[in-house]
Amino acid sequence: MIGVVRLTIELAAISTLVLLVLGTPLAWWLAKSRNPLKEGVAVVVTLPMVLPPTVLGFYLLVAMSPQGPLSAVGVPPLAFTFSGLVVGSVVYSLPFVVNPIRNAFEAAGDRPMEVAATLRAHPLDAFFTVALPLASPGILTGAILGFAHTVGEFGVVLMIGGNIPGETKVLSMAILDYVETLQWEEAHRLSALMLGFAFCVILAMTVIEKRLRRRLR
Amino acid sequence: MSGVRVRFAGCLGGFDLDVGFDAPARGVTALFGPSGCGKTTLLRCIAGLERMTGDLALDGEIWQDARRFVAPHRRALGYVFQEASLFPHLSVTGNLTFGQRRAADRGVAFDEMVGLLGLGGLLDRAPARLSGGERQRVAIGRALLSQPRLLLMDEPLSALDSNGKREILVYLERLHDVLSIPVIYVTHDMAEVERLADHLVLLERGRVIGAGALHAMLATGDFPLSRRSDAAAVVEGTVAAVDAVYGLARVAVAGVEILMPASGARPGQHRRLRIKADDVSICRVAPENTSILNILPATVVEILGDGQQQATLVLALGSGTEGIRLLSRISRKSRDVLGLQPGDAVFAQVKGVALA
Repeated sequence: MIGVVRLTIELAAISTLVLLVLGTPLAWWLAKSRNPLKEGVAVVVTLPMVLPPTVLGFYLLVAMSPQGPLSAVGVPPLAFTFSGLVVGSVVYSLPFVVNPIRNAFEAAGDRPMEVAATLRAHPLDAFFTVALPLASPGILTGAILGFAHTVGEFGVVLMIGGNIPGETKVLSMAILDYVETLQWEEAHRLSALMLGFAFCVILAMTVIEKRLRRRLR
Repeated sequence: MSGVRVRFAGCLGGFDLDVGFDAPARGVTALFGPSGCGKTTLLRCIAGLERMTGDLALDGEIWQDARRFVAPHRRALGYVFQEASLFPHLSVTGNLTFGQRRAADRGVAFDEMVGLLGLGGLLDRAPARLSGGERQRVAIGRALLSQPRLLLMDEPLSALDSNGKREILVYLERLHDVLSIPVIYVTHDMAEVERLADHLVLLERGRVIGAGALHAMLATGDFPLSRRSDAAAVVEGTVAAVDAVYGLARVAVAGVEILMPASGARPGQHRRLRIKADDVSICRVAPENTSILNILPATVVEILGDGQQQATLVLALGSGTEGIRLLSRISRKSRDVLGLQPGDAVFAQVKGVALA
């Protein structure tokens, strides 16, 4: 069971890291660009929020299969691997990370960056020393939502992960296994763990976000 | 060529601008005009925050022309926005040093600026815990510590209450005396112009309708300023003596002396006086036995009809039309009774003189 928990946390942590690295510049572009295509991109980013996870998982499976488009461009087959799960989680959780960060960038407005420019800060310098700190509550919200969402994902894992112990067997899959094999005791324990985890995540998020926002007011 | 050379023409967000003026290398140049005349847009173009075709040079260094556009962060300018716009995630010190750390040289020292703007007790505070006036003082210090060679100020008092305004004005006057860089100051408030500006650029609907030295711009019929109900002339002088018994200061203004309330003046001080057109009346002969303290020989330069009842006279102190200019607002009837004509020698009775 420890292995399952560790794998789940590993997956969620790596996915969150990838999400922040990819999601923050994407959120910045969505917040600041005047490109007319950006709302189209925003819709694509938000799709996983409303799409049934099995549908998303199905397309990811097709894309990652040895005959899929990803293989055609030289990506090794990712289906039923841990890396594949990371890719799936990133796509699945993208809106939960990008949207709060985008909102935070938009809420801060253009003024802080203009002020920074008049104080000799190169745009990249200003992005790291002004825009990111000002958006920190949104970034934190995004990171926690992304992490929690990845921990709880099921449909996508079911479709592209399979159920390989130590490789792709994460918490939600383990619970399903226990229930199917009538190990109620174990299912109870893992489910309670998830419940407690979810509670703590939301509580921590609320508290930290409030503190950050107060500081930035 | 020293000073700022500004030429912009174009359309930005449906707003039509066609502006050209030069600001001298020292002193405050006020951009004055009604709301929506393009003052702020113009200032943002000078900073490079907006892009419009034009030419812009500071002391001969080109910031923008047909081929070049220097990015805002590469222009050695300071910008004070209407709202202080301090970085909320940094302390006062963090805000003050933000530009200083990125500046090429260290001309203005941190401690000097902190002293000048009275920021000593605020350094560790968060911006959220400052009053409006304190915030704007930090913003001004932050801009100046970035070692600018040009300071741009966009209505820095407009977001403040009257206490905050008074507080900042005092500091701005202090800065005015020590700053050796050109300042371009946007405002729609004539009182700020009269107190701070040395040069004036009048804007109307995206066009420059007049530009020049402040005192010349105020006391002339060429611009609508002399027709305002609160029209006034501004003159500069040096306190020659203080009469403690009567609480009066004797201020020497280009060869004549004007008595005014001393209000803390000390001999040798430089003072800027505001003389309202409504406070100046006219006599053909030197009046005797009058309560008016300041009776100055003057020459009528120009007579402006202000409608049915009033007339505004542009006066030059002394004989000839080259002297210091004052405005006098009298009734049209008085003008006719006295038979005033341009070129006439008269006596101006100045009922009230205030610090500008």
